[in-house]
Amino acid sequence: MNPAMLEKLREILPHITGYIYPNEIEVHWGLLIVVYPYITGIVAGAFILASLVKVFNVKEVQPLYRLALLTALAFLLVAPLSLVSHLGHPFRAYEIFLTPQTSSAMAMFGFVYAWYLMVVLLVEIWFDYRKDMIVWGQEEKGVMKHVHRVLSLFSKDTSEEALRFDNRALKVITIIGIPSAFLLHGYVGFIFGSIKANPWWSSVLMPIVFLFSAIVSGIALVILLYMFIYPMMGGKIDMKCVDKGMSFLFYAVIVDFSLEFVDFIHRIYQSEEEIKILGELVMNKIFFSLVIVQVLMGMLFPLGILSAIKIFRRFRESEELRKMLYFVSLILIQGGIFATRWNVVIGGQMFSKSFRGLTTYKMEFGGIEGLLYTLALLALPLVILAVFLKVLPPWKEFAKAPRETEA
Amino acid sequence: MMDRRSFLKKLLSALALSGGALGGFLRGVPAWGQAKEEPAGKLWGFGVSVDKCIGCARCVVACKTENNVPKEPFFYRTWVERYMIPRTGEAVVTNIHTGLAPEEEIPSRPIFRSFFVPKLCNQCAHPPCVQVCPVGATFSTDDGVVLVNDKTCIGCRYCIQACPYGARYLHPATDTADKCTFCYHRLDRELLPACVEVCPTQARVIGDLNSPASPMTRFKRMNKIFVLKPNLNTEPKVLYANIDGEVR
Repeated sequence: MNPAMLEKLREILPHITGYIYPNEIEVHWGLLIVVYPYITGIVAGAFILASLVKVFNVKEVQPLYRLALLTALAFLLVAPLSLVSHLGHPFRAYEIFLTPQTSSAMAMFGFVYAWYLMVVLLVEIWFDYRKDMIVWGQEEKGVMKHVHRVLSLFSKDTSEEALRFDNRALKVITIIGIPSAFLLHGYVGFIFGSIKANPWWSSVLMPIVFLFSAIVSGIALVILLYMFIYPMMGGKIDMKCVDKGMSFLFYAVIVDFSLEFVDFIHRIYQSEEEIKILGELVMNKIFFSLVIVQVLMGMLFPLGILSAIKIFRRFRESEELRKMLYFVSLILIQGGIFATRWNVVIGGQMFSKSFRGLTTYKMEFGGIEGLLYTLALLALPLVILAVFLKVLPPWKEFAKAPRETEA
Repeated sequence: MMDRRSFLKKLLSALALSGGALGGFLRGVPAWGQAKEEPAGKLWGFGVSVDKCIGCARCVVACKTENNVPKEPFFYRTWVERYMIPRTGEAVVTNIHTGLAPEEEIPSRPIFRSFFVPKLCNQCAHPPCVQVCPVGATFSTDDGVVLVNDKTCIGCRYCIQACPYGARYLHPATDTADKCTFCYHRLDRELLPACVEVCPTQARVIGDLNSPASPMTRFKRMNKIFVLKPNLNTEPKVLYANIDGEVR
């Protein structure tokens, strides 16, 4: 038995208020499980942004298209890592594929994930880059030549007809991809929303709230990355593209906020058995992360900034000012969405199912459940993305002379 | 033209082959065909008489000893809650500890009424834990007990989240989910569960819900019965007699 773990549990004892069932002292799903919906949210959101270009023909955000796809892939590759690391028996994780329990939402993870990775993202990226990879494979020298030839699966056909087929395929995949992205993150919401034992989670709105917060975080991250990486590579930020992207983000935040507000009003109005303990939870345990970080700083403040930009001409005229304000809003929105995940996952475990008391969560610094490992997990997709940007440059203007790329 | 000898030889080998194949096929047919014919088996149920419990927590100690539950006050297959109802204001609830954690303070307000409630896995007929387990490591037996296979449990703790009664914990030695099994290993040898055996006041009863002559049948006939959190439709097989509305 792990003495450090017992010590940690003993430290929590004085912080318990009211009565909780004795097995509830430990918060079972910690930081790693906060990261999981955060990362899958970014995947789904980034993909939805990409599909704006292909399906809805929003030409302005074209520069974000490939970056969005690569971001989605980089984050999707890391998503299962946080889940597997959290398991009591990580080496038994394959059991989910071998003996899945069909009634379990979690068992479907492997299949939803595999579908999304194999059928949607990889295929879409391949078709989109096929012609470029062939051209690169012919023009380049050294290792990259072979890398691109292998990645293009040795296809050589760049005829008009083949390119037309690529385009048609892309359209079909994106159309399949949108419901798949909805499925991926809606499903993550369902994992929590379907737990009837937990009134903080159990809500039909949960998958939908998850979905819209996913769209918010995905769009916000891709725009942020674009504003960072593009100038770093020597380009000039296309403000039309950023404006359009921010406009979509603005509406997504409004929908997300409204949904959560409806959920809030509904709970207060219905005022069921658990309302008292949930009130205590919000006021005593997650006030800062919910009211301050998630709602005020993560939603209302950015909404205020973005509205001001839409209303006042002064902001519309100065690009530099707009850039700075966008930048601040994007950072705040990211923080807000991370807080959303925190409040759902950790908040949902801090009150007792006896509805009589609260426990507390003590974050560790080192170790697999600790802050360091989580930060590494969050940085890993950016490292992977940097590699992707090197191998599959998203912007044609730099493709011929790729420079140092960093994320 | 085939002679009689080789014809018979071929016929015999063909029969043997097809017979073997048919036999193999029939062996593969699951047992449900036969099981239907058998009379209804056992269905374990558990009764708790709240009025009889004196809060000695012998059951908690016996359970921990019998089932290798860690002694520390964070892991319980069964526990006993103490309810103190003051004249005004909210009920005060504490867990009866077994000397390993500081006892909670007893409120100074005048207590109107006090009682003890033993808690354990409710062995639900519709167990949410079984529903959510991604690998089928937790399952319901035919005789109505929910068990965990610690050889296949991956330790994802989804079942712990899904249990409305807080009856599950992650065993720190095995890193797998653990919970009350009604002492299934003892029931199998026609012994009583450890908690039932040591209870000095017979506040805990176990029996076959399908049998017309089991202690559970008597328990159901003699008492007004309540189950915990009936609104969640889990259909517990742990039945409470004379329980107070305060208990959740």
